[in-house]
Amino acid sequence: MDQNIPVNKRVHRELELFWLDIKRDKEQYLFLAPFTIVFFTFTVVPVLLSIVLSFTNFNMLQIPIWVGIDNYIRMFLEDDIFLIAVKNTLVFSAVTGPLSYMLCFVIAWLINELTPKVRAFLTLLFYAPSISGNAYMMWTLLFSGDMYGYINGFLLKYNVINKPIQWLIDPDYMMSIVIIVTLWMSLGTSFLVFIAGLQGIDPKLYEAAAIDGIKNRWQELWYITLPAMRGYLMFGAIIAITNSFAAAGQITALVGFPSTDYAVHTVMQHIQDYGTIRYEMGYASAMAVVLFFSMVLTQRIVQRLLAKVGE
Amino acid sequence: MKIRIRRKRLSRSTGGDLLIFIILILGATFSAMPMVYTISQAFKPLNELFYFPPRFFVRNPTLVNFYDLFLLIGQSWIPISRYLFNSIVIIVLSLLGNLFFASLAAFTLSKYNFRGKKLYNEIIVLSLMFAPAVVQIPNYLIISSFGWINTYWSIVVPRWGSTLGLYLMKQFIDAMVDDFLLEAAKIDGASTFRIYWNIVMPIIKPAWLTLLILEFQNLWGTTGGEFIYAEHLKTLPHALNQIIAGGVARQGVAAAVALIMLLIPVIIFLINQSQIIETMGTSGLD
Repeated sequence: MDQNIPVNKRVHRELELFWLDIKRDKEQYLFLAPFTIVFFTFTVVPVLLSIVLSFTNFNMLQIPIWVGIDNYIRMFLEDDIFLIAVKNTLVFSAVTGPLSYMLCFVIAWLINELTPKVRAFLTLLFYAPSISGNAYMMWTLLFSGDMYGYINGFLLKYNVINKPIQWLIDPDYMMSIVIIVTLWMSLGTSFLVFIAGLQGIDPKLYEAAAIDGIKNRWQELWYITLPAMRGYLMFGAIIAITNSFAAAGQITALVGFPSTDYAVHTVMQHIQDYGTIRYEMGYASAMAVVLFFSMVLTQRIVQRLLAKVGE
Repeated sequence: MKIRIRRKRLSRSTGGDLLIFIILILGATFSAMPMVYTISQAFKPLNELFYFPPRFFVRNPTLVNFYDLFLLIGQSWIPISRYLFNSIVIIVLSLLGNLFFASLAAFTLSKYNFRGKKLYNEIIVLSLMFAPAVVQIPNYLIISSFGWINTYWSIVVPRWGSTLGLYLMKQFIDAMVDDFLLEAAKIDGASTFRIYWNIVMPIIKPAWLTLLILEFQNLWGTTGGEFIYAEHLKTLPHALNQIIAGGVARQGVAAAVALIMLLIPVIIFLINQSQIIETMGTSGLD
């Protein structure tokens, strides 16, 4: 039917429909406007700018020079350290991402069964590493490389080792330590969200489920709790992905920057190196774009998996 | 309350519950260690702070670090209350704007259909995953082009568009707010804004309380250093950092500062969590 109408009329009609839709929903657009203006100005525009910069050479003093995909070629063909960082980031994320995610959920789930006062207190204790600004100090005490470090002292005392181990300098141990500390610190944002989410599940759901023949707490978890939590689980997954793929802060705090032999050097640290120390913003942006797409890809996979929950 | 008791009975064994409880307590103790360490440090006299090998717990607790801190605060060139005022203004304005803008947008994105909604939701999710390190420079250029350098706005306004809060609240509205409730309110003649304010916001109180604590944490530590150069506009953490920057001699004061910096988020956290529990207690009764 549409073929019989000339193109310009069709376009005209589409536009008219579009305009009518917008007018009908003007209240919705109005509600979105304040957030959108700020969000676009301070997030979307800077992100787009840095994507454009990733195709340039930009030292922050001179005008950026267009170099096409040179930055991307350099990353994979010329920058050995970037490839090491990619490998480290993959190892680190493959372990800390899923584990920290599950840890957040399991502990939130267990705590949820307790009485309100105990729950509030335990939540505080578990969340403590995220509040105390100097959380790493304790770990540097524990893993101090001399014989007075708590762990070295303990192992020496019981003759497990005969000389102190340089925990934070020896590439053999660094990755494991960084992973342990990260897991220990992982009960942050998603943990709190899971706790609030679990408490918000309608108790009637559980009543109905009991009548429908849910027998044990595992069935209850799989058929009721997890599906009711799906939105929060997606939120937690995004947090887990960003925290693990973009890890840098805790690594620098623990083993310094750069780490021995780049043993735990991550992509995010590499980006910070080029972005804030060497002032090669173009190259740093290109790496950020690659990191971004790997996170998006992972998020899409997790989204598929989460859709299967409760089936 | 009845419901809770009944739920606990669903195939729970006392032994299993006890085991879980012990595991939780062990985990919590381990997690609490840095907090305990911070508290313990603050009460250590100088000789214990420099004791080698370092000890975890304080032996002879003293208040001298706090005394020294208040002495130094008194000598501050700009009164400490000014820094505190700056911190409060920045935190309150950021939180209120963030909460209001994000919840309004989250409500709209969750409960209404309109052109561009799908795309908008996609952009929100994507924006959560872009590394902030490379956005700093473009961000600085934008903020300075508005002439906001050396104003509170440089820190406050960008927080109003934080997608974390929007995404979080959208998940809660999706899960907790029934569509028929909104329909009923609409039939009763409530305006969209009234529905948002009087129905949706009270239901998702746990969501925005959680957001408040998360955002407070981000903001509490901010020194404003990137955008604010004028000393009289800087924040409390900046002033405290200046005080403890005096090197080795200020170690005791630094420990006291660390405790104060920890204590305020902890207090806010506890008030916040008890509020969340209270909301849950009342909403579970109907």
